[in-house]
Amino acid sequence: MTMLSITNLHATVGDKQILNGLTLDVPAGEVHAIMGPNGAGKSTLSYVLTGRSGYEVTGGSATLNGEDLLALAPDERAAKGVFLSFQYPLEIPGVPALTFIRTALNAQRKARGEAEITAPEFLKKARATAAALKIDFEMLKRALNVGFSGGEKKRMEIFQMAMLEPRFLILDETDSGLDIDALKIVSNGVNALRSPERGMLVITHYQRLLDYIKPDRVHVLSAGRIVASGGPELALELEAEGYDKYVQVAA
Amino acid sequence: MAAVKETVAAVAELEKYQHGFVTDIAQDFAPKGLNADIVRFISAKKDEPEWMLAWRLEAFERWLALEEPDWAKVNYPKIDYQDSYYYAAPSQKAGPMSLDEVDPDILETYKKLGIPLREQEVLAGVQGAPRYAVDAVFDSVSVVTTFKKELAAVGVIFCPISEAIREHPELVKKYLGSVVPVSDNYFACLNSAVFSDGSFVYIPPGVRCPMELSTYFRINAKDSGQFERTLIIADKGSYCSYLEGCTAPMRDENQLHAAVVELVILEDAEIKYSTVQNWYPGDPETGKGGIYNFVTKRADCREDRAKVSWTQVETGSAITWKYPSCILRGEGSSGEFYSIAVTNGHQQADTGTKMIHLGANTKSRIISKGISAGKSSNTYRGLVSAHPKAVGSRNFTQCDSLLIGKDCAAHTVPYIEARNGLSVFEHEATTTRLSDDQLFYCQQRGLDTESAVALLVNGFVRDVLQTLPMEFAVEAQKLVAISLEGSVG
Repeated sequence: MTMLSITNLHATVGDKQILNGLTLDVPAGEVHAIMGPNGAGKSTLSYVLTGRSGYEVTGGSATLNGEDLLALAPDERAAKGVFLSFQYPLEIPGVPALTFIRTALNAQRKARGEAEITAPEFLKKARATAAALKIDFEMLKRALNVGFSGGEKKRMEIFQMAMLEPRFLILDETDSGLDIDALKIVSNGVNALRSPERGMLVITHYQRLLDYIKPDRVHVLSAGRIVASGGPELALELEAEGYDKYVQVAA
Repeated sequence: MAAVKETVAAVAELEKYQHGFVTDIAQDFAPKGLNADIVRFISAKKDEPEWMLAWRLEAFERWLALEEPDWAKVNYPKIDYQDSYYYAAPSQKAGPMSLDEVDPDILETYKKLGIPLREQEVLAGVQGAPRYAVDAVFDSVSVVTTFKKELAAVGVIFCPISEAIREHPELVKKYLGSVVPVSDNYFACLNSAVFSDGSFVYIPPGVRCPMELSTYFRINAKDSGQFERTLIIADKGSYCSYLEGCTAPMRDENQLHAAVVELVILEDAEIKYSTVQNWYPGDPETGKGGIYNFVTKRADCREDRAKVSWTQVETGSAITWKYPSCILRGEGSSGEFYSIAVTNGHQQADTGTKMIHLGANTKSRIISKGISAGKSSNTYRGLVSAHPKAVGSRNFTQCDSLLIGKDCAAHTVPYIEARNGLSVFEHEATTTRLSDDQLFYCQQRGLDTESAVALLVNGFVRDVLQTLPMEFAVEAQKLVAISLEGSVG
């Protein structure tokens, strides 16, 4: 069944039209990759789906399990299980990573009418998750992302994702800034979350990430709409031939 | 971790200013206005000896000759000093009393404020939890002081200053006005003439005070000012930690609070003084009402290796004019100032510190965190000076300002004077705006706007909160969150 359903989505940033009638369905249990040239609207799509202010929807719809996503506040969308792994994760001075994640987890649980996680339960889960992602537990006691390298920040995004157990994952250029070892660790983390109940949207420039996170479908985004869709072979074709032909289609 | 959780919960649960209620009790007032007879009235009410009255009258004479200062970055209409009551007290028998004799309405007030006045209530708490001795000051009088007996057993004197004037005149005569002289400044001089009550603490040589001492100030009466006076003396090699809390009802009229706090620290002694100031800040929309908080606080590290630490969390008051200072006289003495000042609505704060290095090898440290929201203005004003004899003195200053929204202002006004070539002063300052990107990041993880602001702000002030005694830190964290409610979006 379709989990994320986007129909004819139009969105502007300032007075600039970025999304131009984007239509896309992601069924539960599937991983879909979005590829496309710079400026195609990939990041805009992730921000529109998560409700960032300044990104105005001017037409179309986006639903998650039949529920109108666009009517919800960002934190309400998060509580429904939408998670965005940021291309540029933010630094949160003075707030230890563990505190941040526990506060977020409990806020989500509260919004869903669930009981808060107990401290021992939380720490147990955090230790196991950190070990799987090869994150030094001491690092989780430091202020979130402050002074972390690009790769550490990305790993921390995946750590948060594993702790929050979202239902729909959006990865925005998660491979950028990662060396090959880190890329493998991060990909393993993402793959561990693959399940029949979860959907994923993987936004990337390069095919490289898709060697590790195997997509069910690949879509080409150009000038604000999906101009081609196919299986994993489409990513390989793009890698070989570039985006030129799609940029012309869109124009 | 728990503290952050509590902040978030506090934001959800609490009203904007939850201490704004009025206690309806019979009160005795001095006639409105200020003249030498009012000074005599106050002195007589307190049953003071002749020397104290003479001291007050001299202060009053000097005050008449002083001009109200106007250098601070705050604006307010001219204060009519004749339109205020200088003495207001619950109608009851004078002097110290047992808890059973205190008006039940007053006890109820402190209960509502969460201040433990019954010793057994404090003792009934978790074993090992820190204990607090409380001096509760209600308008112009101290209504009750707890744990006096237990403290007396180790020689610590903790009582209302009015009682100390009667019972320990030799200590009061020796130290009162020795740190903040009578005519130090306009407001301190006014205080010296009309001060009503406050706390007196004496820690004898070598004694480590066995519990936290605290004074809780409550302004209740309408049109009255509060002029409390606190004097703490830490004799050689002693230690004490002292906490001060303040609240007032919501009223449309401005009320004046002009306190003086003097700390005397002798050889190898240490005082840690913490304040959580939550006076009524005025109406957040119109700016009407609120407390004018014009306070002089100063510590004198009079002998070698004396140590003082000021921590303040300022969230209330319409206007704050306050510079807790350290005179580092003794060789190797040290002073610290940690401050969180939050302004929202129409509040104005001009606060900071003075570190006066007089002795050799003295050290000082200033960490100031200013948070401005709404249409408020927040100024850090600080002086670091080293005198010719203060060779080898060091200071480190860090001033960070956080702006929330578009209509607020933050200012940093540091003064640095070095009169010898062998002092090292460091000054760091930053100004940041609470970024939409950070807010969105928190929201994307599931925090609503208010919780996100609370989390980010608590992160910003974390290194100062860590210097507060644990229970005060939790309280302070809640206060900061509540003060900033509605400041975004």
